[in-house]
Amino acid sequence: MRVALLSGGISLERSVSLQSGRRVADSLRQLGHEVVRIDPGPGLVADLTEASPEAAFIALHGRDGEDGTVQGLLELSDIPFTGPGVAACRLSSDKGLAKHVFGMEGVPTPAWFPVTEAAIRDYGAAAGLPAAVDRLGLPLVVKPASQGSALGLTVVTDPADLPAAVVTALSYGPSALLEEWVDGRELAVSVIGGGALPVIEAIPTERPTYDFEARYEIGATRFETPARLSEADRTAVERVALAACDALGCLDLARVDMLLADDGPRVIEVDPVPGLTETSLLPQAAEAAGLSFDALVDRILGLATGPDA
Amino acid sequence: MEPEQVPPAPRRPRTEARDLERYAALFAVRTRQMRSSAMRNMMSIATRPEVISLAGGLPDTSTFPVDLFEEIASGIAADGLAGALQYGPTEGLDGLREAIPEVMAREGTGAEPEDVTVTTGGQQALDLVTRALVDPGDVLICDAPTYPGALPTFAAYQADVIQVECDSEGMKTDLLEQTLTELEAGGKRPKFIYSVPTFQNPGGMTLSLERRRQMVEIARRFEILVVEDNPYGLLRFEGDPLPSLYSIDGGGFVVYVGTFSKIVAAGLRLGWVVAPPPVRQKIVLGKQAADLCTSNLVQEFALRFLRSGLFDEYVDGLREVYRSRRDAMLGAIAEYFPHGADWSRPEGGLFVWATLPGVIDTGDLLAKALGENVAFVPGAEAFVDGRGTNSMRLNFSGVAEERIIEGVRRIGRLADRMLGLYETIANTAELPLPDGAAEAKRRQAG
Repeated sequence: MRVALLSGGISLERSVSLQSGRRVADSLRQLGHEVVRIDPGPGLVADLTEASPEAAFIALHGRDGEDGTVQGLLELSDIPFTGPGVAACRLSSDKGLAKHVFGMEGVPTPAWFPVTEAAIRDYGAAAGLPAAVDRLGLPLVVKPASQGSALGLTVVTDPADLPAAVVTALSYGPSALLEEWVDGRELAVSVIGGGALPVIEAIPTERPTYDFEARYEIGATRFETPARLSEADRTAVERVALAACDALGCLDLARVDMLLADDGPRVIEVDPVPGLTETSLLPQAAEAAGLSFDALVDRILGLATGPDA
Repeated sequence: MEPEQVPPAPRRPRTEARDLERYAALFAVRTRQMRSSAMRNMMSIATRPEVISLAGGLPDTSTFPVDLFEEIASGIAADGLAGALQYGPTEGLDGLREAIPEVMAREGTGAEPEDVTVTTGGQQALDLVTRALVDPGDVLICDAPTYPGALPTFAAYQADVIQVECDSEGMKTDLLEQTLTELEAGGKRPKFIYSVPTFQNPGGMTLSLERRRQMVEIARRFEILVVEDNPYGLLRFEGDPLPSLYSIDGGGFVVYVGTFSKIVAAGLRLGWVVAPPPVRQKIVLGKQAADLCTSNLVQEFALRFLRSGLFDEYVDGLREVYRSRRDAMLGAIAEYFPHGADWSRPEGGLFVWATLPGVIDTGDLLAKALGENVAFVPGAEAFVDGRGTNSMRLNFSGVAEERIIEGVRRIGRLADRMLGLYETIANTAELPLPDGAAEAKRRQAG
């Protein structure tokens, strides 16, 4: 099959995406596909037309790759593509929207307040911040609504640091969240084809928070796959992960990041285009389930093109 | 002869999770200090053509005369090819070692050809000097801010870097003396002071004559070396040249690092180091281990260029181009940067260092700027100790004037927006504020 592999792009996670792309290209060729690599930019539509692929494999992260923009273009061009559709991508990539959906569907998620640059500028929304602090308590997390990595995230312990934390979060997108701090184990559940892969626990070895560096550096975080969980916890975690994906419409492919607190799991975010680098969690989970990287790539592509392809 | 068909590349072995742990056990301890940063990951966007990158330290290579390049290349082909394609002495070709002191003489620095070691860029000189002098845990002193590219080198040798504050006249020598005295009291003797005294990277400032004398005197008194990195000295747009630390010292405690990157072409990867003979010997031994010798072809090219008689004219041309780019940048900063910003006014070199009000984190500003296709180096990259978060380094040598102005305009507008947002939040929300911000708020109210 002639597959357009989309990686690179103009998001802040470009280099991570390029890493994912190299691995995926290698596997696609191994699987016997013809690979046309496309680095999405101003010429994307022309590049797609020229490549005229039978399917597109999306290995983009961050802005545009995960928020439905590229997916919308592919839909328009009538090219089947990997991962969730436009609506699911839009919902997942805005953590605020996703939390609204979780609220409606009864998916547990930490308490939160939205804050947007426009609301602060036009409606004096900052006046509500002290009340938000009162209700969420300290410490609290301030983070951009649209960034998958920990870029722009601040853990605020002193309210005096809140304005700077909000400005930081809003540097990575037009809206941000103030979120209740939940003390718990950091878990990731990869979902593929409506089923959960083995749960992974991320245990930072050097730093207190699982930040951008730790996420992409070998050795900075220790991963336990499968996570050591009681049967009851594991069932609860998987159930909540699948419920989150179902709510957002991305049961085909996603990685659900969660915190497991004493009173149960909370969903932090759902990534509809999980990383496929050497240190990414989806390939680790697949491997634990006995699925090689090639087989994983084959499965993801198969879900996009249907059983007949 | 070409093979009929290129055989397929062997497939790289799969690195699955459990293999990664195996690699992790193989990595040297020093690699733990060598990590990529979020900033560097973000900067991978900056190489895209639509991005106005004020981030790199790129010299303008577009003005190198094409016919002269052809002439030199044909000259090498006609009468020097076999030698140019051969291995050479580790110290460098004799002809170039003789020509380098002539380059240094243009700034009034005298040096003996036998003290010169040709290196693969100034960066290798830094690496070789550090390799020769530094054991894990040894203390190094450098400027605050310092050349960001020196820090990975120092980290690779597990040096303990201490940065001494600079002002518009370069490193504060009273603080240097105080730092050395304190270290001495604690039984520590740093191996060297690393400084870019002229048109500093990233600060743009120049170490004053008085402080140059003091730095040399202090180094002698404490018997530690000074590594003087001078890539930009010949790129002076105005003012009188100052004597190098090397010439003040006379080659006793100062190691001089030079490069052709900014005065001929960075793509040559050609630099040099001038060091006292015992230090030079260790540097040469290190270079043997690193790469045996610098490319003869490249050395031959540079030598013929220096001998062509067109070198001075070329550097004059660069100076003109960079001067007007600097003027464009300084003008744009004055026009577009927010109230409360401060910046250097370099008399030469490649960089302006700008500092914004303290509430702006230039790492965040970079994220916004990349969204609008502009890049710069956030100040924190020039420190090992978390300082510089509201500063930035802006390069003016590698970008045309209209693009410099547009880039600075976008950065200024974004900084304004961040400041406005901060003030709105701080003034609206009844929150306890950090001291600096509370004071600013009072000032604003008054």
